[in-house]
Amino acid sequence: MDWLRNLLMPPRGSTFADQVDPLFWFLVGLTAFFFLLIAGLCGWFILRYRRGRAVRRGVAPTHNTALELVWSLIPLALVIVIFFWGFHGYISAAVPPADALEIKVLAKRWLWQFEYPSGLRTVNDLRVPVGKPVKLVMISEDVIHSFYVPSFRIKHDVLPSRYTQVWFEATEPGVHRLLCTEYCGRGHSDMLGTIQVVSAEEYQKWLDSGGGLGEGLPPAELGRLIYTQYGCEVCHSLDGTRKEGPSFRGIFGKPVLLTGGQTVIADENYIRESILNPQAKIVAGYQPVMPTFQGLLNERQINALIEFIKEQK
Amino acid sequence: MSGSHTVVEHGAQEPFLQHHFHDLGQQAEASKIGMWLFLVTEILLFGGLFVGYGIMRMLHSQAFHEGHLHLDRSLGAINTVVLLVSSFTMAMAVHSARTGNRERLILLLAATLAFAGVFLGVKYVEYSHKFHDGLLPGRFYRHAGDSVPGVAVFFSFYFVMTGLHGLHVLAGMVAISWLLRRAVRGDFSATYYAPVDLTGLYWHLVDMIWIYLFPLLYLIS
Amino acid sequence: MTAASYLTEQRGLRSWLFTLDHKRIGVMYLWSTLLAFFLGGVLAMLIRLELLTPTRTLMDADTYNKVFTLHGAVMIFLFIIPSIPAALGNFVLPLLLGARDVAFPRLNLASYYLYVLGALMALASMITGGIDTGWTFYTPYSTSTGGAVNLVTLAVFVLGFSSIFTGVNFIATTHKLRAPGMSWFRMPLFVWGMYATAIIQILATPVLGITVLLLFLERVFGVGIFDPKLGGDPVLFQHFFWFYSHPAVYIMILPGMAIISEVIPVFSRRPIFGYRAIAFSSVAIAGVSFLVWGHHMFVSGQSVLASALFSFLTFLVAIPSAVKVFNWVATMYKGSIWLQAPMIYAIMFLLLFAIGGLTGLFLGSLATDVHLHDTYFVVAHFHYVMMGGVFIAFLAGLHYWWPKMFGRMYSERWSRIAAALVFVGFNTTFLAQFVMGSRGMPRRYYNYLPEFQPLHVVSTVGSWILALGLVITAGYLLASLRKRPDAPPNPWGGMTLEWQTSSPPPTHNFETVPVVDHGPYDFPPLEAEEELAGRRA
Repeated sequence: MDWLRNLLMPPRGSTFADQVDPLFWFLVGLTAFFFLLIAGLCGWFILRYRRGRAVRRGVAPTHNTALELVWSLIPLALVIVIFFWGFHGYISAAVPPADALEIKVLAKRWLWQFEYPSGLRTVNDLRVPVGKPVKLVMISEDVIHSFYVPSFRIKHDVLPSRYTQVWFEATEPGVHRLLCTEYCGRGHSDMLGTIQVVSAEEYQKWLDSGGGLGEGLPPAELGRLIYTQYGCEVCHSLDGTRKEGPSFRGIFGKPVLLTGGQTVIADENYIRESILNPQAKIVAGYQPVMPTFQGLLNERQINALIEFIKEQK
Repeated sequence: MSGSHTVVEHGAQEPFLQHHFHDLGQQAEASKIGMWLFLVTEILLFGGLFVGYGIMRMLHSQAFHEGHLHLDRSLGAINTVVLLVSSFTMAMAVHSARTGNRERLILLLAATLAFAGVFLGVKYVEYSHKFHDGLLPGRFYRHAGDSVPGVAVFFSFYFVMTGLHGLHVLAGMVAISWLLRRAVRGDFSATYYAPVDLTGLYWHLVDMIWIYLFPLLYLIS
Repeated sequence: MTAASYLTEQRGLRSWLFTLDHKRIGVMYLWSTLLAFFLGGVLAMLIRLELLTPTRTLMDADTYNKVFTLHGAVMIFLFIIPSIPAALGNFVLPLLLGARDVAFPRLNLASYYLYVLGALMALASMITGGIDTGWTFYTPYSTSTGGAVNLVTLAVFVLGFSSIFTGVNFIATTHKLRAPGMSWFRMPLFVWGMYATAIIQILATPVLGITVLLLFLERVFGVGIFDPKLGGDPVLFQHFFWFYSHPAVYIMILPGMAIISEVIPVFSRRPIFGYRAIAFSSVAIAGVSFLVWGHHMFVSGQSVLASALFSFLTFLVAIPSAVKVFNWVATMYKGSIWLQAPMIYAIMFLLLFAIGGLTGLFLGSLATDVHLHDTYFVVAHFHYVMMGGVFIAFLAGLHYWWPKMFGRMYSERWSRIAAALVFVGFNTTFLAQFVMGSRGMPRRYYNYLPEFQPLHVVSTVGSWILALGLVITAGYLLASLRKRPDAPPNPWGGMTLEWQTSSPPPTHNFETVPVVDHGPYDFPPLEAEEELAGRRA
């Protein structure tokens, strides 16, 4: 039945899969059973008692209290079982262990920002150690988002008004998908991320090294990597299409008209300022909605982005 | 299945009996059920608003306390009395209709209308004071000198709740004016006075909603 | 010889626009809601076309978001909620009771015009910027986004009153206008279903009214209740919204179930099994439906205790529905099953509603819901209950009462072809979505991961088959109207009062007011029927 398991469910990446999946399969079996029962009875009655068929009918009953009780109480018993089963799984997911590693999550349109205990911040890429409970304390900067990792079987809304939390314990190393699952506007379906589960040693090493992204890549290639990984591509196209922000096609070195009538040249300083202090200069015809990447990108990464943008003709 | 009686002759004897009812009694009972059901929807409409108020009060208790200090309790109390008296005159109007007393019906309907007008007048005075002090709803709030943030939320609710209630008072006044016109025309009698009865029910609800609004907004600290 | 009927006794546009006849109002509602369904259907086809490829297929993200929002809003507010009660119910309820009209004919007409006004306002939004909030309007997205949100929230407010007026009318009519001899337990079960629906319409809709009013005021005046920037709580919006919108789904399904309770006995020539069980289940569902709204909010940040309570109550509300399904199946036992179009759709209802209801268990259960919430599993679940359930029941009722309403019989052959296409198309479209959902495909996604494409393609092809079946249905139904009236008063052999008058009925419904001396499903003994069948078949 592995093919069915793989058809219907994502890979099992956390300890919660053991709580959710058995209940899920039970419900699949229950659904199949009752559906076949109802369909079977309908089919049998239609065939056996179809109009014109000579079969003994007699006076059929119009009600049967005992039967009503049976088919009320058996389903009632079943749903009570299902309730407790589901409640049990939910309750263990609701209360994180006291020794869980705490990572902060900030959701904003349309990216995920993670902050580790060391102060290191990453965008769209959450790295965690295997076999250890991890607690995510989450908040949104704008509208409601929802943090969903299918293979971990976890999901929780991320609110702008207060912190919410979710926890998990990954069971083996690998890469898992993170998806936003509360509709949040144009970039909702692009608000993807990855969870990289690594050994505890690798995690610590990575944390200590400052979490380098794309070490060893030439600047423009690193720039392209950041452009896709950090959510820039959600709002800035490369082919001239107008999105939330101006396209990068052919902008480097050219004059830019700002709201307020001023004109500046899109040079290295302009790009650097736009990344770190995006509200300083807004291009005419656009809204001041770009989040800042102050503290999220180091100088090397900013330089890489500038080189990447230079390449866009 | 046998049919045993034919369509009752309507039109001639009973100008207000609709064709699908057997007699005025059945029609009156049906319309009363309808009005009660409508009143239930009104209770749920305001109920939802009250629940929202309650929750926001919990979330901003300091601000709501400070906000309510700006409300004039005496004006609120006057309005409460005014509406209660108008409910009384309305109930008496229904009684007059039921006993076929046309002159008293007209007088009492007019009195109810007058008291409703006084209510709205007092509200107008209250609202102007608020406007003058910058205590306006939502984004228009301009009051300086609040000791806690969030007083604007109180006034948002104040205006939405009293405003929605005020609209209902106005609608009631329109209905009562229409009743007055029909009473003058001589439409009502001891056998047909359902519109007065139903409007009376509506009016009592409008009064009752104020009875809840007043302490919630003006009195509780 | 064509006798005069409610269709012909008065002519001209004014006689329709100012009618007080519940039958004419029902017919106007029928065409209007079907038009809305057609629009909602076109929008659905566009959604499915866009989702053929993982990235852009024929529209940009903004447009897609507006299309799925409008699809939901149109289908829910302009079709599913009003269709059975206001189109079929308005026509048939007074007839079933032996009455000459509903209690408040003018209120009935007002209800229709409010529907038209609300519909025009909602549709005007298409040209004033559209809305992209999803039909659920969650804050703070809906309080801060541009577009025609103000217009649509007001439209919903207006439409709410249309629904309330229908509910008020039906309750008063049921209490006061039953024919002599019709006690409560001699009423057809359709009436019980509509009565339970009306209770919900009256109690729940005002809460929607105040919710959209507050949303409107927050957008326009900055009244702070839902927007955290103004001191509000966005989760409070969800509570307010779902307090109506969950009972609303029972406003949708109860009338559908009510139709099934009429059709199965007639086409089995047997009394309904468990009349009282079904009647009381309807009212129980109406009551408990108000206690489960939080099952839409298990991952919203509401407390664990609240979630547990809502989950438990959700399972309780499932029981009366299950009881009904068993009673309907049992009705067929030792019956004489006649597979005409209404019965084909009624059986289809049983199968599809069973799947819809059973998949609800996955969502009511806390642990599995965490995984499945806001995925395509939910989309599939609600399409199974709303379309596989309510819409299929609507088709059953439409085919059942079509001869009564219009005096014409439609092509039985074409109805079977269409039903087969609808069944195959529907399941193809939505079974694939269960699989997508449990595998982690979120809903309201414009782009998606390439691994989901095969399932999306299957679903889209299914939508084409479904659409073909529905187009054929429209075709043969409309074609029947071009015939001369050929329907007998009682083509199906029903025992309820609407079959005791001509097809179509005269304006005043009955020549003489009927007196009821038997129950609605007291069919003659089957031995006599077998003879009849032998002669007729």
